[in-house]
Amino acid sequence: MIYIDIFIAFFIPGILGYGGGPASIPLIENEVVIRYGWMTVQEFSEILALGNSLPGPIATKMAGYIGYEVGGVFGAIVGLFATVAPSLILLIFLGGLLLKYKDSPKVKRLTLFVQPVIAILLGVMAWRFFSESYEGIGIWQTVLLVGVSFLLIERLKIHPALVIAGALIYGGFLL
Amino acid sequence: MRKHWNLFVAFFRVGMLGFGGGPASIPLIQKEVVDHYKWMDNEEFGDILALANTLPGPIATKLPGYIGYRVARTLGMINAVLATTVPTILLMIVLLTSLSQIREFDWVQGMTAAVVPVVGMMMAVLTWQFAEKAAAGLGWIKTCIFLVIFFIILQMLQVHPGIVIGVLLILALSLPARKRNKGNKEGDHL
Repeated sequence: MIYIDIFIAFFIPGILGYGGGPASIPLIENEVVIRYGWMTVQEFSEILALGNSLPGPIATKMAGYIGYEVGGVFGAIVGLFATVAPSLILLIFLGGLLLKYKDSPKVKRLTLFVQPVIAILLGVMAWRFFSESYEGIGIWQTVLLVGVSFLLIERLKIHPALVIAGALIYGGFLL
Repeated sequence: MRKHWNLFVAFFRVGMLGFGGGPASIPLIQKEVVDHYKWMDNEEFGDILALANTLPGPIATKLPGYIGYRVARTLGMINAVLATTVPTILLMIVLLTSLSQIREFDWVQGMTAAVVPVVGMMMAVLTWQFAEKAAAGLGWIKTCIFLVIFFIILQMLQVHPGIVIGVLLILALSLPARKRNKGNKEGDHL
C-alpha cells in the first residue's frame, strides 16, 4: 500500500521535526530520498528550491507535492494529513487545557514566564530575516523597505496583505 | 457561515503571503487573529505560540489549526488548515508539472526578495510587543535580565526552545503556593 508508505514518510518528520517546518526538511529528505527512493537528491533539492520561493509553510508544500507525485491526489491528502494532524491534535488538547484554566494564577504565571522567551525567539528570527535581506538586496533597499513597510503597516494601519503585495510588485520590477 | 468565511480569508492570506517558510507567517497570523478579527488577545496568542514551539511539526499549520478550532470547532480547524496549505500546494503542483525547467522560475526570486525585509520588520514589531508585555508584568529590569538569560541559553548555548519552554511550563505549573504568596506580598507592599 503506497498510501501507508506516504503516511509513514511524512508522519515521522512531522513528529520528530522540532523547531517548525524548516527543521523537518532534512528528515523529509531522509525518508523520501534514502528510505523510499521516490526521487534523487537532485530532484529533491530542485523541488525544495521552488518550494522555498513560493509562499506558505514549506513542510506541507513538500508533503503535498511529493504525496501527489507518488500517489496522486489521495497521496497528497495523505501526505498533508500525516504532516499536520499528529502535532495539531496535541496542541488542541494542551491549548484546551490552558484555556480552561486561564484564570488560574499558575497559568497567568506561565504567560508571564513565557513572554520573554517568545520575544527572544521572534527577535532572533527578525534578525535572520534582516541579515538575509542585507545579503540579498543590500543595505539601502533593506532600510527603505523596512522603513516604508513600518510606516504603512504600523503607523497608517494598512493591512499587511496589501503591503506585501506592493512589495512583490516592487521586487518584480526593481530587484 | 460568516465565521468560516472569515477563517478562510484570514488563513488564505496567511498562506499566500507567508514568503520565507512557516515561521515567516507568525506575524501575519498575529495580525489577522489578534488585530484584525480579534479572535484572541496577545497574551493567549503568546501562550499558544509557546506551546506550539514545544511540540514537534510545522508551526504554521499548528497555529491555524488551533485557532480554527477555537473559533469554530473541528470544521473551523479543517477550514483553517486547508486555507493555509492547499492553495500553495496547488501552486507547487501546477508549476512543477507545467514548467520544463526550474530555471524559468528565477524571476520570482526578485519579487520575493522585497518581501523578506517586510516580514523582518513585522517580526521585529512583534518582538517589541512581547518584550513590552513582559515588562508590564515583570518590570523592565527583571525583563531585561530574563531576556539576556534566555538569549544566552537559546542562542549561545543553543538549547532548543522546546526544552526551555517545556521547563518553564513545568516550573510555572508545579511550583504552587510559594510564588503566589510572593505575589500577595508584593500586593501588600503596594
